[in-house]
Amino acid sequence: MTTFIIRRLLQLIPVLLGVTILVFSLMHLTPGNPAVIMAGESAPQATVEAIEQRLGLNDPLHVQYFNFLGNALQLDFGTSIRDNIPVFSHIQPRFLITLELTIYSMIFAIVLGLLAGIVSAVRQYTFSDVAIMVVALFGLSMPNFWLGLMLIQWFSINLGWLSPTGWGDPDQLVLPVIALGTAGAAIIARMTRSSMLDVISQDYIRTARAKGVKERVVIFRHALKNAMIPVVTVIGLQFGYFLAGSVLTESVFAINGLGRLIIDAILQRDFPIVQGAVLVVAVSFVVVNLVVDISYRFLNKRVDLN
Amino acid sequence: MVVASKERIRDTRPVNPRVKSFKDTFRRLKKNKSALVGFYVLAFFFVVSIFGAIDANYGLTGISSNATNLTAKLESPSAAHWFGTDHLGRDIFIRILHGMYITLGVGFAATFLAGLVGVPLGILAGYYGGWFDTIVMRLMDVLLAFPGILLALAIVSVLGGSTINVTIAIAIGAIPQFARIVRGSTLTTKKLEYVDAIRALGARDVKIIFQHILPNIMSPIIVNTTLFIATAILTAAGLSFLGLGVQPPTPEWGAMLNDGRNYMYQAGHITLFPGMMIVIVVLAFNLFGDGLRDALDPKMRK
Repeated sequence: MTTFIIRRLLQLIPVLLGVTILVFSLMHLTPGNPAVIMAGESAPQATVEAIEQRLGLNDPLHVQYFNFLGNALQLDFGTSIRDNIPVFSHIQPRFLITLELTIYSMIFAIVLGLLAGIVSAVRQYTFSDVAIMVVALFGLSMPNFWLGLMLIQWFSINLGWLSPTGWGDPDQLVLPVIALGTAGAAIIARMTRSSMLDVISQDYIRTARAKGVKERVVIFRHALKNAMIPVVTVIGLQFGYFLAGSVLTESVFAINGLGRLIIDAILQRDFPIVQGAVLVVAVSFVVVNLVVDISYRFLNKRVDLN
Repeated sequence: MVVASKERIRDTRPVNPRVKSFKDTFRRLKKNKSALVGFYVLAFFFVVSIFGAIDANYGLTGISSNATNLTAKLESPSAAHWFGTDHLGRDIFIRILHGMYITLGVGFAATFLAGLVGVPLGILAGYYGGWFDTIVMRLMDVLLAFPGILLALAIVSVLGGSTINVTIAIAIGAIPQFARIVRGSTLTTKKLEYVDAIRALGARDVKIIFQHILPNIMSPIIVNTTLFIATAILTAAGLSFLGLGVQPPTPEWGAMLNDGRNYMYQAGHITLFPGMMIVIVVLAFNLFGDGLRDALDPKMRK
């Protein structure tokens, strides 16, 4: 197990290096002189030169990259072009909001998805199974930003129950969490169903039933534990999609999270912020997947035996 | 006699195990009602979008999707304007009709581009293995570290927003999916006995790849393509919704949603219809893709 974790950690290094190279290249792949783009077309030469100087744009590329990498390791992503405030101070509070939104949505998606998936599998081919799977297919086909708009239309504008914007108060949390979490719930439900059906048809479940074990115990203790193994992987991937998908949800509900920061920075050509924020999301995603991989190893003892 | 012995050799040639004929697949697909519904909806939209594209560019009906009419703005659906009008008095039904080929086109084009790069990479990585495999798959890992819309966002932030750039951004993000699936299938196919047999008969790598590996891995490629078009459409709409994709006044559905969200209190229908259309199109692709998967690979059937 320890060797597995160490090996997995070592595998992380080339991926993270690649991620930093890609994020670093963002600024340099942009057509034109990044300093001119950031300063604005009509900016005086002195301003452009000041930006070039500050970002070290006159250094050779590899020097620039290693500076970027070294600073990023210390969470120093430079300063914002607009207000000269360190990028990290911009990112940190926003990231916490996005993380909150992501985690609540994950909980919503996992609880709803697991429940729906289990019910569907246990009652295969009944009305509830078909209904759940139809709803899940819709959930998966719906853009989260449109679902958000529709939720605002119904629950905020027509019924006046919940706040359409902002983040923090309980009545501000409900709609964004549903908007962001629904697609994930649908995916988890579909995965849980097919995995449960796989497990339920196995011999050991028949044995348990033949022994006279109660159906509830069979499902929750015997079947669910094994059926969860593939579901865990899906849940890990969903975390990344939620983190990225929150860009859209935050835009719909005017939540001041990382997503909106990225969008605003792209529109204002504030490259250091774009780079820092994109890097933070990508690294979080990679780390979460690592954790999922390791917990997968824990759950699936069979892998160890082989 | 010489001819006869040649015949015999031909008869004992290793048989490609790809017995799943096209007919078989089609028969299974026809039995799957939801897949058929998806197929018919897509076929219908395909025809409609061609009409919409012609109308948008050559004006058959004489109604422009960008004709503003400030005396008729924010009107609710009526006989004159089936889906109502937007904040500039533009007919939403016409705009949806004229934008359909953009939505479908970006979805198809992005997926096709991704397949064009991802499939060869996956086959070569799986077939040859070694350092090439390692490098390609590590590169794919790097791309996969940017989840969902994030990579497309990052690319668009460099290229700027336009229909073509959105297509490229989504395609780049989808390459790893194709490469991974294709590599996996190639690895399995490569180990099959008949491939060994063909190689023993002296077949060249190119021949083995094109005649024996590629036909066998077509099923996962087709299924992945269909399902990815759905994702591509969602991502493209998302980028345009953020104002970073297809630019107004092009009647792209995501951009229309972005237009409408400032008028939700007065005119909820502006955001209702374009979103509904996205859901129907994506749903149709998902239904058809699920059905295709079941039909092409009955073992995976649940």
